[in-house]
Amino acid sequence: MIAEHPVIQILIPLLGAPLCVLTGRGVLAYWLALACSLASLFVATRLLATVMATGPIVYELGGWAAPWGIEYRIGPLNSFVLLLVALLGAMVMLAAKKSVESEIPGDRRHFFYAAMLLCQTGLLGITITGDAFNVFVFLEIAALSSYVLIAMGHQRRALYASYQYLIMGTIGSTFILISIGLLYQMTGTLNMADLAARLPAVGDTRTVLVSFAFFMVGVSLKMALFPLHMWLPNAYTYAPSIVSAFLASTATKVAVYVMIRFLFSIYGPAFAFDRIGVSQILGSLALVGIVIMSAAAIFQNNVKRLLAYSSVAQIGYIVLGISFASENGLTGGIVHLFNHGLMKGALFLVVAAVVYRVGSSDLNAFRGLGRAMPVTMFLFVLGGLGMIGVPLTVGFISKWYLILAAIETGHWLAVALVLLSSLLAVIYVWRVVEFAYFQPRDRDSDPVGEAPLSMLVPTAILVLATIVFGINTEWTVGVARAAAVFLLGGHA
Amino acid sequence: MSEQFGLFNYWVVITLMMTGFYIVIARQNLVKKLIGLNIFQTSVFLLFITMGKVRGGTAPILDKTIEIYSNPLPHVLILTAIVVGLATTALGLAIVVRIDHVYETIEEEEIHDIERGIKR
Repeated sequence: MIAEHPVIQILIPLLGAPLCVLTGRGVLAYWLALACSLASLFVATRLLATVMATGPIVYELGGWAAPWGIEYRIGPLNSFVLLLVALLGAMVMLAAKKSVESEIPGDRRHFFYAAMLLCQTGLLGITITGDAFNVFVFLEIAALSSYVLIAMGHQRRALYASYQYLIMGTIGSTFILISIGLLYQMTGTLNMADLAARLPAVGDTRTVLVSFAFFMVGVSLKMALFPLHMWLPNAYTYAPSIVSAFLASTATKVAVYVMIRFLFSIYGPAFAFDRIGVSQILGSLALVGIVIMSAAAIFQNNVKRLLAYSSVAQIGYIVLGISFASENGLTGGIVHLFNHGLMKGALFLVVAAVVYRVGSSDLNAFRGLGRAMPVTMFLFVLGGLGMIGVPLTVGFISKWYLILAAIETGHWLAVALVLLSSLLAVIYVWRVVEFAYFQPRDRDSDPVGEAPLSMLVPTAILVLATIVFGINTEWTVGVARAAAVFLLGGHA
Repeated sequence: MSEQFGLFNYWVVITLMMTGFYIVIARQNLVKKLIGLNIFQTSVFLLFITMGKVRGGTAPILDKTIEIYSNPLPHVLILTAIVVGLATTALGLAIVVRIDHVYETIEEEEIHDIERGIKR
């Protein structure tokens, strides 16, 4: 049975989506989507366990041998990202029922759940596949469903935010398509392992250089690397709260994964880092992004928007780690990719709970919530401590490895800026805490109760995970290090 | 001269790509932006199809008399990309229809003005 797991991973949400539509209005669609997400999480856990125990899994779709057929190739890096996507998909879905009932009209809920499952399909597919063109197809599945999900936000600005994302996202993925086309033109193959073997022979041609340029710009648009992040704050602010939680914790992370995969296991570190010198560009963009976006987050009056800007900054940390191209740097980047997914998922779920109870994600709506929703706000504080990078949280672990890598390579400026941005994170987390704990609620506002248990439990699981993995780092860092060693060795 | 002519398709690809890209960036009208996006994507379709052509090659039919044939794979790939492009355009237009419903305009500037609370 385990032999078929790679394809089952994709089939579960892919087949779940049309079934959700067929169930029609009613709660059945929700339970179906939840069942699919949990099943998908189970498969992802099994895959990671198998990869860590016995090494990479290769699965040939339809029994066609690569490079003619499409192959799924699962190593330590993708199984780790698969687990992140499946875990967040399941946790967000657990919390979704009440929030979706209050934000999405009844006649659209089954379509909503179908789009959520399709988005999961896309993200899981990008991660699992070992075929460059397949990456593009799954990229578009994920992107198209996320445009739909964002457009379902109840404010009218959601429509315009979704349109902007559609334009930017399509340009990004078309750039990636051009780059894949040019690679195919030079090598005659689309299989990633095959591409890696054939590229060095033609690495000096202009076609490959152009394809590299198109790829980097396209993927940077997709992952909202500063300064190509313009679509992100609006999209995350106006999307339904549950969608913000899911996309913020997975979508950009998967795009970062695509960049790591192409940089290290297609173009190869020798081409990307030694010949092109992509380190300097990525490193400086990441550092500028970390500082400016952390600072921008401080001035936001909407908590969703505040978290969105902080997300762009956090992408900067991950990219910074990658740009060092050293074992510690990559380990830090990959572990932060996972850790940030957990933290942002938890924080956005808290905001979803507040929107459910109070009806707004405005900072003013958080007044006095420390008293009215003590558990929810406590979870926010714990998640916020992770964003700052306080010891005993996962945020500390990622920053520890990033700083270690920066010191190793003598990038003292990077060390200083990472520490500075942690202080900026203190300020923006504090702003929310100040409103929640030190400002009274308006007297004439309705009394607010604690968030429903169905939303508290998944949030608490994620927050608990950020603390458990912050104290016992053996497992996450172990997997990330295995992935880093694997990548630097030039493997998938 | 024949060298230039041999690259004719690629020049068309670049022209279309830049035309489409310019329209996406420069136009204010949301429908026109989508048309620009379409032209941009079409140029990529042409790029793929062109690279599949082998000079003097025929259709890929298994026959003893045929020695050189064109590569059919890019065509198949681009069939997928066309479907993706179609879905993007359809979704984009659907969103524009909804935008027109709630804002009663599809001009970017006017939407910004409405959001800033400026009356026209």
